Amino acid sequence: MMRLELVKRPQRSALFSALSPFIAFALTIIAGAVLFALLGVNPLTAFRIYFIEPISQVWQLHELAIKAAPLILIAVGLSVCYKANIWNIGAEGQFILGGIVGSIIPVLFPQFEGPLVLPLMLLLGMVGGAAYAAIPALLKTRFGTNEILTSLMLVYVAQLFLDWLVRGPWRDPQGHGFPQTIQFNDSAVLPELMPDAGRANWGFVFALVAAVLVWILMSRMLKGFEVRVLGSSPRAGRFAGFGLNRMVFFAFLLSGALAGLAGISEVSGAIGQLQPVISPGYGFTAIIVAFLGRLNPLGIVAAGLVLALTYLGGEAVQSALGISDKVARVFQGMLLFFVLGCDTLIHYRIRLVGLALTKPEAAAKLEAAPKLKEAR
Amino acid sequence: MDITVNILLTIATAATPLLIAAIGELVVERSGVLNLGVEGMMIMGAVGGFGASYLTGSPWIGLLAAIAMGAVFSLLFAVMTLSLATNQVATGLSLTLLGLGLSGMMGTSFVGQPGERLPNLDIPGLTSIPVIGRLLFGQDPIFYISIALTAAVMWFLFKTRTGLTLRSIGDSHTSAHALGIKVIRYRYLAVIFGGACAGLAGGHLSLVYTPQWVENMSAGRGWIALALVVFASWRPWRVLAGAYIFGAVWIGQLHAQAFGIPVPSQFLSSLPYLATVVVLVLISRNKRLTMMNTPASLGQPFVPDR
Repeated sequence: MMRLELVKRPQRSALFSALSPFIAFALTIIAGAVLFALLGVNPLTAFRIYFIEPISQVWQLHELAIKAAPLILIAVGLSVCYKANIWNIGAEGQFILGGIVGSIIPVLFPQFEGPLVLPLMLLLGMVGGAAYAAIPALLKTRFGTNEILTSLMLVYVAQLFLDWLVRGPWRDPQGHGFPQTIQFNDSAVLPELMPDAGRANWGFVFALVAAVLVWILMSRMLKGFEVRVLGSSPRAGRFAGFGLNRMVFFAFLLSGALAGLAGISEVSGAIGQLQPVISPGYGFTAIIVAFLGRLNPLGIVAAGLVLALTYLGGEAVQSALGISDKVARVFQGMLLFFVLGCDTLIHYRIRLVGLALTKPEAAAKLEAAPKLKEAR
Repeated sequence: MDITVNILLTIATAATPLLIAAIGELVVERSGVLNLGVEGMMIMGAVGGFGASYLTGSPWIGLLAAIAMGAVFSLLFAVMTLSLATNQVATGLSLTLLGLGLSGMMGTSFVGQPGERLPNLDIPGLTSIPVIGRLLFGQDPIFYISIALTAAVMWFLFKTRTGLTLRSIGDSHTSAHALGIKVIRYRYLAVIFGGACAGLAGGHLSLVYTPQWVENMSAGRGWIALALVVFASWRPWRVLAGAYIFGAVWIGQLHAQAFGIPVPSQFLSSLPYLATVVVLVLISRNKRLTMMNTPASLGQPFVPDR
């Protein structure tokens, strides 16, 4: 019988800390090859369609940026939460609320135009996301309620609330009964970066700026130190005078605001109106992005691009090979599994024990034994 | 009278999957492991159960397949968190995400296909007794399994030596290890039991509740089951009570929608989720109760030092 045994390293391995996302990606590719083979598709063809073709032209890179922007924005916020050992998994709901609150102006006051509209919308989106995130934070600090479950439950509530809005009070009266709001007017649409080359909009710039700002916050400022201390040892943090409750609010409000900004950027930039569903699970995929990016904002930018590619690839294999685009979800799930597994290598060496020794090994051991005694 | 019986029956049907999944998770958490993958294991059980029943024509084989699917899928979590000591919260989340994707992919060809429902119990003479006949002797087989399972887990945890050992591991894995108890082995078995239960709960959804395959048909029930365990402060009989309260909320909002109550259906649909939040708040306000019963090493990875 074979058994895995973990042996603690004297200190964390810098090598594996850097390598683990790459090993995880390689393992995902191998598992993916098996998956495609099981589906009766030549893995090489599938990989070309999945990973290469969706980014072989400039306009496609723009599509990649569109998908990556919300993932990066949300994941950057979540990384602060997870570093502080605070588990906000309701970013999907905060994303939706950001989209809804940010859309108040273009939906209810469409006659309001001008350069002020967009900044106000973005601000409202952030407020909406942060306010929604404040609920689990309040419940956790005030009553000690588990934030994992409350933040997740609020996702379902947000989805249903959006569904009600676009089918009910906010429905476009001229929309032939389709469940959607009016098309936003031009001053409420997030501009494209390079309209001649592709559709990518300012959302991607927001994502990069957010990543850099949070990186500075986490690595160069006292607040970042506070997050890390409270995350790894709440007791030490208390002695240092850091308040855990304040940190819960800080992490939830920051991640909620960024998710809300992602939400309104998506609605205003990529969609242009509110619909019953405005996210293909960005809030959940961003959890994977955060971990794949090692909870480091700059790593998250790279991870966000990779995960965005899994979305595009999923759509590509669906149209080219007739495989369900759910394959994207499978890739994403596997990737997170492998990342978490590889992270073990940072703190532990893995040893297989319980295997019978081969003859040369046994001989070597016998030989070594008396020498050890002499050495003593 | 007939309406009351019908409502009670539908409540039982809605409560059963919650009860089974929560009882399984209760055992897992009593061993000190937090598996947030209930939703994923449940949906895998649902697709596995429907698939096997659809392909073989026998919902009974579907039932077994659902259990097996949940157990095998939970093994993935067990290897990661127990053998590789990964973060349990993150691993559980990824189990849910993977389960939702994988089930969607596996179930593509089952969408819209008619399924076969597990037959209700029918004992000549007993089932036809007015009122109590159908409640006691006329329900689906998984209902009876769920009740038996709750009783069995109650007996196992609090009346057997092995159950005591399992609880001791949940309270302090270091002490248990020092006493020579095989912590990891116990936890493996607990996690697999939890997975089998979640799979069975999923099987109930696709073989009894709505005998067909719909993507994401678990609709957050796995998460509600997790909340139920907290709500029940890790006591089996309170899980039973909680599951039926939630079953009633779930059915209540469906009936309210059917009666055309002038409240938007989306608000009624969100009631079970809001109720979960409210209930969690109420229970966590009672610090003494939660502190006393929470397994002390819940969610902490354990690496035996040799």
